[in-house]
Amino acid sequence: MALSGMRGLSVFISDVRNCQNKEQERLRVDKELGNIRTRFKNEKGLTPYEKKKYVWKMLYIYMLGYDVDFGHMEAVSLISAPKYPEKQVGYIVTSCLLNENHDFLRLAINTVRNDIIGRNETFQCLALTLVGNIGGRDFAESLAPDVQKLLISSSCRPLVRKKAALCLLRLYRKNPDVVNVDGWSDRMAQLLDERDMGVLTSCMSLLVALVSNNHDAYWSCLPKCVKTLERLARNQDVPQEYTYYGIPSPWLQVKTMRALQYFPAVEDPNTRRSLFEVLQRILMGTDVVKNVNKNNASHAVLFEALALVMHLDAEKEMMSQCVALLGKFIAVREPNIRYLGLENMTRMLMVTDVQDIIKRHQAQIITSLKDPDISIRRRALDLLYGMCDVSNAKDIVEELLQYLSSADFAMREELSLKAAILAEKFAPDLSWYVDVILQLIDKAGDFVSDDIWFRVVQFVTNNEDLQPYAALKAREYLDKPAIHETMVKVSAYILGEYSHLLARRPGCSPKEIFIVIHEKLPTVSTSTIPILLSTYAKILMHTQPPDQDLQRQIWAIFSKYESCIDAEIQQRAVEYHALSMKGAALMDILAEMPKFPERQSLLIKKAEDSEADTAEQSAIKLRTQQQTSNALVLTDQRPANGTPQVNQLGLVKVPTMSNADPSTAEQGLTHANGALTIVDPQPPSTTSPDLLGDLLGTLAIEGPPGPVTAPQSDPRVASGLEGGVDALAIATVEDQTNAVQPIGDIAERFHALCLKDSGVLYEDPHIQIGIKADWRAHQGRVVLFLGNKNLGALSSVQALILSPSHLKIELSLVPDIIPPRAQVQCPLEIINLHPSRDSAVLDFSYNFGTQLVNVKLRLPAVLNKFLQPIPISAEEFFPQWRSLSGPPLKLQEVVRGVRPMLLAEMANLFNSLNLMVCPGLDPNANNLVVSTTFYSENTRAMLCLIRIETDPADRTQLRMTIASGDPTLTFELKEFVKEQLISIPITSRVATPPMAPQGQPLSPPTALLSSDPGAMLAGLL
Amino acid sequence: MIHFVLLISRQGKVRLTKWYSPYTQKERTKVIRELSGMILTRGPKLCNFVEWRGYKVVYKRYASLYFCMCIDQDDNELEVLEIIHHFVEILDRYFGSVCELDLIFNFHKAYYILDEILIAGELQESSKKTVARLVAAQDSLVEAAKEEASSISNIIAQATK
Repeated sequence: MALSGMRGLSVFISDVRNCQNKEQERLRVDKELGNIRTRFKNEKGLTPYEKKKYVWKMLYIYMLGYDVDFGHMEAVSLISAPKYPEKQVGYIVTSCLLNENHDFLRLAINTVRNDIIGRNETFQCLALTLVGNIGGRDFAESLAPDVQKLLISSSCRPLVRKKAALCLLRLYRKNPDVVNVDGWSDRMAQLLDERDMGVLTSCMSLLVALVSNNHDAYWSCLPKCVKTLERLARNQDVPQEYTYYGIPSPWLQVKTMRALQYFPAVEDPNTRRSLFEVLQRILMGTDVVKNVNKNNASHAVLFEALALVMHLDAEKEMMSQCVALLGKFIAVREPNIRYLGLENMTRMLMVTDVQDIIKRHQAQIITSLKDPDISIRRRALDLLYGMCDVSNAKDIVEELLQYLSSADFAMREELSLKAAILAEKFAPDLSWYVDVILQLIDKAGDFVSDDIWFRVVQFVTNNEDLQPYAALKAREYLDKPAIHETMVKVSAYILGEYSHLLARRPGCSPKEIFIVIHEKLPTVSTSTIPILLSTYAKILMHTQPPDQDLQRQIWAIFSKYESCIDAEIQQRAVEYHALSMKGAALMDILAEMPKFPERQSLLIKKAEDSEADTAEQSAIKLRTQQQTSNALVLTDQRPANGTPQVNQLGLVKVPTMSNADPSTAEQGLTHANGALTIVDPQPPSTTSPDLLGDLLGTLAIEGPPGPVTAPQSDPRVASGLEGGVDALAIATVEDQTNAVQPIGDIAERFHALCLKDSGVLYEDPHIQIGIKADWRAHQGRVVLFLGNKNLGALSSVQALILSPSHLKIELSLVPDIIPPRAQVQCPLEIINLHPSRDSAVLDFSYNFGTQLVNVKLRLPAVLNKFLQPIPISAEEFFPQWRSLSGPPLKLQEVVRGVRPMLLAEMANLFNSLNLMVCPGLDPNANNLVVSTTFYSENTRAMLCLIRIETDPADRTQLRMTIASGDPTLTFELKEFVKEQLISIPITSRVATPPMAPQGQPLSPPTALLSSDPGAMLAGLL
Repeated sequence: MIHFVLLISRQGKVRLTKWYSPYTQKERTKVIRELSGMILTRGPKLCNFVEWRGYKVVYKRYASLYFCMCIDQDDNELEVLEIIHHFVEILDRYFGSVCELDLIFNFHKAYYILDEILIAGELQESSKKTVARLVAAQDSLVEAAKEEASSISNIIAQATK
């Protein structure tokens, strides 16, 4: 078919096609662009025909991939041409060349609007098409009413109305406010009675968009959707031209069922019954036929029906029917159906009760993991990941590992991350977990992120039974000829810590271990060398009796690196060298690493975050989100450990006398990268370790948050505080005469929970108490998750709440017995009556065998939970601030002994307490202005304002002014904020260390007795 | 919704692009390059869906041309696959057994036709007959205008003889 009349364009296209190579093509195109440019310049001489021709050429050149940065104006100007042929070209080319953000489009709005409200039907169509395809917010605001009018007009023909429907859909997407819900919902229902199938199809698309945002307003559309679906499925009254390969408009069927998925439920029993009849008919009546298109169309309908059935929570029978269908699909030869079978089976996992039926297909799904098609492999991986639980984790993870060696590049990272997460979540025993991760590093080291190996180090550190095993495994991997650098890191770390546990085995003498590790040194990068140096120092320390030869070798290495250009390496080399000459003191400095504080697994968190990121407001995804939030609680139950800070792993540990808070010491150390100065511990204080620890926890992954360890520079404070323990920790610890020791620091857990809403409140070898809180104004709902970690039941379980006067707390019934490996949930309802800093205490006890365990735990229902950050502008702030004048509503205090921190850290601290820092209100950059709303039953919502004036010359003091409309609130809030800011020295008392020294069997007892780390440091220097 | 439609030849030449979501010129070029690399290299017996940057691309090959449509992750893939076929059938009917050359020399017609099938990335008309009728009506409007123009120029030519 020749191009009628546009010879110039045809000639140009032929020329381009005849070009031998890209270079020639470019020359030809450049020539043409030059030509068009000159012709456009003297626009006067251009006939409409010529203008059209050049604009088409421009579009063609643009399509070939060349930049066309001129002539847009000419294309847009054609839109206002009076004749159809020019106008048509103008509209089409404009909508291809420009996107909605282009400035020129704004120039055309008026012309477009005139065409839309004009009488010429063909012009209306052109204009609606352009707006529907590239209209942006500007168009939405100025054109929506006109488009709505066309859609509901009885005088407009279907060809205009169907375009108007989709045009309105576009405008609605750009700005949902343009559709007024109240006025539109009835209209929408009327539109669904439309006889013309084209208009109905477009209207259904519009409805899908509307209900996805607000289903409540469109309830009246629900029965009409069901009617439409019935009519189509029974092929009643569907014109021949709207059947596609014998199927009554499959597209309209799909869209109708999509719209129905946005309504939470179908309540009317009659409607529900007829809907299920239709769905049943679709499920049973879809056969595989030879014709590809018919097959695709009927299966498009079938898969949408499956999704709708899942959404409606049909009876179990129908669900199993769906799973059976999907089971059939994942085994067929047709790749599209196989792909969709796997995809929908993954969605099906969200439905309870069918997981077990899905598991029966495990073997088939694993086969799909080896499919030649990467799209199908991806689906299979997702499905396996989703269906994995304790019962099949071993099989699935091993299958993933096996597949890893042959998997394509594009999938390896995802694959290894998923395998690591599953191994952690569902490990039947920890040695298996270690095996899996080491295999993972061995097979796909490049794709194993640091988080993964940090995590395995944590597990090994926190589980003594695991240490010899891990050391042995690490030793075995080192014998392999070429191993990945990550493997060098992890094995060196583990062997540094625990190789002495292997000493009697052949090939595991300190010297042999050293040699096998040192062989790897020439192959590794600078990031690994510091770890190796630490390992050498540890090996040296463990060599008893000292091996002179080994010592010489290691010292030689240290002195070699003392002049290394990398600061981290140099520092370690210098320090280890100096320390190792000190003999016995080395033992203390290099004692085994303490257990890591418990935190949620970074990996699992990552996985959850990414799921949350992709989640949109679709029905399926909403459900996914609910599922993951449950999963979070479940994973809390696992022995989940903290965020490792292994990127700064100094293997040095301070012999703190009190040993009450080893993690604090460890944090202080690691931040300073194992430098000597760090032997000076952070002054223990009521709040600092925990608050900071938690803040740092999130930061530590990125890099060393240096300035926080500032207190070290003040040895006076440190020595004055020797042996200090967390004042608040005592309150709980002192009463506890139990034989069972808690895991992790109770006070630290409490403080962490003051800043976040879910996590572990308490853990010991038998039980883990997790908490998940939801705070709304002055009310809170806290769920306690009591998880029995044992294979035996816990009996006589009792929980009492000792609540202070300002909190009304109701605890639901706690069962007397927690069965083995089970978790029970106990919701608490909390109401805040008036402002107070006191906290409630949970008195919890249980029996395990003959042991009676009783703990008193503070509940993190603290003042800041009843705060809600509120942004405040200068116009609002100053009048409020002035109106609250003087005591008792406004209190001022100069606070001394403040924990030194940078202004930005202080701002972070406030923000994490729900006290919102409002920058820009105070002209002095050293001051902070904070606003928040406090909620209690007495005060209702009460605005609180705080101003902090800091002194950059002396960070240990500041002036604080607090104002609110309630005197008690002002006072309590002031004291609360003060507690968060200052470090209170506490006269020491010997507390039972929650973490007994068993963590460091090799440290000589003298280390624990030596009372003053500061003094010891002085001795060393 | 359909975010964009691409027609790419086996040699990687672009024959039609239509963007329903806003992409800048740079992004458009990048998307085309990435997707040609992914889709043109896929073997014949694989499924018609490719996962790409959180989206799905549904594609189908007809002779030397790949028709691709990019959709959201939870859209119905088969439905879109049949929109592609619906489009192809209409092109076929319009050109009379369409081939790549038709779409090269009459690329503007392909745009007209596509605009009668999709708006805002959604299907607007599923009747082939209706689409054919509307496209024919447009063609006759253009023809009429041309005849009118030539008759006027004839009159002028005669008047100035």
